[in-house]
Amino acid sequence: MTALKVVVSAAFGVALSLLAAASSVLAQRPPRIAAAANLNFAIKEVAESFARAGGSPVEVVFGASGTLTRQIQDGAPFEMFLSADEEFPNRLAAAHLTRGPGDVYAIGRLALFAPRGSPLKVDERLDGLAQLLKAGGVDRFAIANPETAPYGRAAQAVLEKHGLWDAIRPRIVLGSTIAQAAQFATTGNAAGGLLAYSLVLAELKSRGDYAVVPAADHPALRQRVVLLRAAGPVAERFYRYVLGSEAQAIFEKHGFGIPR
Amino acid sequence: MDWEALRVSLVLGSGTVALLLPLGIWFGRLLAVREFRGKLLVEALVTVPLVLPPTVLGFYLLVAFGARSPLGRAFQAIAGQALPFSFQGLLLASAIANIPFVVQPIQRGFEAIPLDVRDAAACCGLTPWQRFVRIEAPLAWPGILSAVILTFAHTLGEFGVVLMVGGNLPGETRTLSVAIYDRMQAFDDRGAGVMAASLLAIAVATLVATTALARRAGRRRG
Repeated sequence: MTALKVVVSAAFGVALSLLAAASSVLAQRPPRIAAAANLNFAIKEVAESFARAGGSPVEVVFGASGTLTRQIQDGAPFEMFLSADEEFPNRLAAAHLTRGPGDVYAIGRLALFAPRGSPLKVDERLDGLAQLLKAGGVDRFAIANPETAPYGRAAQAVLEKHGLWDAIRPRIVLGSTIAQAAQFATTGNAAGGLLAYSLVLAELKSRGDYAVVPAADHPALRQRVVLLRAAGPVAERFYRYVLGSEAQAIFEKHGFGIPR
Repeated sequence: MDWEALRVSLVLGSGTVALLLPLGIWFGRLLAVREFRGKLLVEALVTVPLVLPPTVLGFYLLVAFGARSPLGRAFQAIAGQALPFSFQGLLLASAIANIPFVVQPIQRGFEAIPLDVRDAAACCGLTPWQRFVRIEAPLAWPGILSAVILTFAHTLGEFGVVLMVGGNLPGETRTLSVAIYDRMQAFDDRGAGVMAASLLAIAVATLVATTALARRAGRRRG
């Protein structure tokens, strides 16, 4: 049976060399940045502007802030984390996974969105939604999962404030990220959704109507960025760039409020 | 088209096959020719990944090898890298998820060899290794080949485990199937469409290949 052993070890050798090839590619990769899904378009522009201004390329991976936090806790190799809230970065800081407490880089806003052809009339007080709900005209309504996505939490707060939460609950479809919720709101038979204003501005504007929800109607979406323990020099420079005036102008253009 | 994701998918697929095939041939043959106590239980355990949601496997791997578990920390100290959210971890998860896809067709392949053929070979004075290489493997090859094709294709299509254990890292754990999901969420329907079409084409080609093989094997034996 020694020949069989040769075959086995040869196969393992092939597998190991594949691994080695894969990891040698990794060695020269740009730093990985974890970013909340609402930044999908804004942060790409910030990263491009950073690269143009003499910085190096960075690689941005999007997800729900809660999902990314969990991945960082489990050892995911990110060097920086742009959250959609403060709670998740604070949790990482408390677990000593960050370098310092970080900074607030943007204030997020919610928008009520109705795709073209939807019976939903959008307004910032959500009166149209209340009426349609009472008339039984809301088949599906998209928000992000409040447990993993801060924008979902904010959406729930808005619906609760207007006394609509209990009535709309059976109609809600939860996106695992705010980007997926936006996907749900534009496709299929959803009447609309409470989405990130930044995504509406970047992608949904042309696909329906929207109204920006007053900031006072939900706990502020103070979005905090932290450097993680693995951060290298490029991530450090990108961190400072995100808080600088050029990046802040880009965030503002994408519908974010600027912290002061 | 995300070429990097295609590369990760292909490397993961061939890596999973390379890792599992020797084990699958040994174990599939063992299950085909031996009777032993508890064989039913062993066969059930081999099949379990087939009926288990990928999230179960993902959950256990994250809990066992995450940076917060003692096992995960020990592994990181030795290997210098955490197992979750790395290509190595993804390969391990993929190997576990694919056990039934490699063992079952191979077991069927060896089971199809009549007992008297094996006995005759033994009577002719062939060593076990010669018997395996000259008699059994050539007869069981359609099973072995369909194991290779099925495992490769299933790895390309795997989604839940990849997303949970891999974490969507470009160039390392973002496979083609995860890239489609990622593109969808970025409202890039075109990109998602191109990649979905290529995966569909690969899947159809795979099934045509396995069916053709099965037919050919049937003709030869019939």
